[in-house]
Amino acid sequence: MSVVLPGESVPAQHVNLKLGPGLQYSSGTEEVPRVLATRAGTLEHSANRSKWWVESNARRYVPASQEFVVGQVTGRQGEGWRVDIGSAHNASLDGLAFEGASRRNRPNLKVGSLIYARVSLAHKDMEPELECFDAQTRKAEGFGELKGGFVVRCSLKMSRNLLDPSHFLLPLLGSRFPLDAAVGMNGRVWISSKEPKHTIAAARSIEAADPDGGGMDQVAVKKFLNALDL
Amino acid sequence: MRPPSPSIPEKEFLLTTLEQSLRLDGRGLIEMRPLELSFGSDLGCVECALGNTRVLAQVDAKMVRPLPERPFEGIITIHSEISPMASPEFESGRPGEEEVALARMLDKVLRRSDAVDREALCILAGQRVWHLRLTIHCLSDAGNLLDCACLAGIIALRHFRRPEVEVLGDEVTIHPPTSRAPVALALHHAPFCLTFAFFRPSSTSTNTSSITPPISLLDPSQLEQRLASGTLSLALNAQRELCVVHKAGGIPLAPEELLSAVEVAVRKAKELDTLVEARVKEDWLRKKVEVR
Repeated sequence: MSVVLPGESVPAQHVNLKLGPGLQYSSGTEEVPRVLATRAGTLEHSANRSKWWVESNARRYVPASQEFVVGQVTGRQGEGWRVDIGSAHNASLDGLAFEGASRRNRPNLKVGSLIYARVSLAHKDMEPELECFDAQTRKAEGFGELKGGFVVRCSLKMSRNLLDPSHFLLPLLGSRFPLDAAVGMNGRVWISSKEPKHTIAAARSIEAADPDGGGMDQVAVKKFLNALDL
Repeated sequence: MRPPSPSIPEKEFLLTTLEQSLRLDGRGLIEMRPLELSFGSDLGCVECALGNTRVLAQVDAKMVRPLPERPFEGIITIHSEISPMASPEFESGRPGEEEVALARMLDKVLRRSDAVDREALCILAGQRVWHLRLTIHCLSDAGNLLDCACLAGIIALRHFRRPEVEVLGDEVTIHPPTSRAPVALALHHAPFCLTFAFFRPSSTSTNTSSITPPISLLDPSQLEQRLASGTLSLALNAQRELCVVHKAGGIPLAPEELLSAVEVAVRKAKELDTLVEARVKEDWLRKKVEVR
């Protein structure tokens, strides 16, 4: 597990090489393009060395295709809406990008509502585009408006951790009280439960376990929740 | 780029929790975030943090000619640097409304309240006085930047020590800190600024003659400050003297509510005063400012 800096050459060799976040081919005039790191972090690879990526933490989201994000509607734009997902540009969400939507039957989203969507188009020179249905099945599958609840900001590594099924935090919170959560890869997590104090406890636990500001492990979070009487 | 206003779920959740007297970071309604101070290597340099809100203050002194209309008084200037580093709400270049309001409050609390004795800054009447320059850098705004900036300013003024000067006739000698211990500034009092945020309670009672008082919070966080129906800033010192009362618009307050806010502020000001005094003295001892 080595640390790389931006611009360093990476020894990634495989027949079916796939480069993940933080790596790209050099665009020089060489016979064999080298693999360069574009971010500072630890270099990781899969077991059979076919997939390589750089693991790092940040708070600023850069949109990538097929990632799930929590966005906030900031205004109307023609037939659709402008949505803030925390990236450099606001994203656009078409009015028909919902399950079962037609010209006459469109969802009614107000300015300031929260949505869970999938990034369908993301290039560094264009505005990102969102869709509120699954790519294969074209059904809602949990995307759409998020009603009620509260949204917590966290670092990008924390949202990746929360999406990992083997991470301890969400199952631990779920064992103490019933909880609904929608994790966005843009560093926003929507949580909802019946009692406000449960939602507050969940929000504070996420902030406490964030590697950016607390970094509490399972034992410490358990003690924290016990101190809150849960 | 201005961040968007808070989303509908955040607004509704905040009001629901406030009605149950809960705050999002687990504090009590009149509980301040813990104050963290770190002094720099120079005297008069301090970084003040209230949770994630951080402000750096620095005091500098040089000798100048006094103003012709006030030949016996020193000069104090306050310069506040508020850049987009603190929050994306602030724009670089032209100062926006909030930045101007912050700079004006700092001026009222630290300079116009006569905290520093200006006549004690006079060296040679009509010719040489001390010009104190207080620079306040707002590093991070997580709510209540004004209180943090005023705290950093007054602690920097408390911590600062100017070189000792000797006047013989018309000759002025400045002694370096290595030969004569530097002298602390003569402060009349130390004003502390405390900000309250008010929220209009949802009208559940049908009886219109009984008006429920607004919910008041001390030391609002960023979300609380943006969603508040009004804010009140009180600057007072530990001797129960009010220096500044700032309430610019917002939800109207009954006299009893204002007075109860003042009572809370008086208690907090006393606590802050003892804490600041102890920390400044401890840092002076550590830096070995003087040998007795």
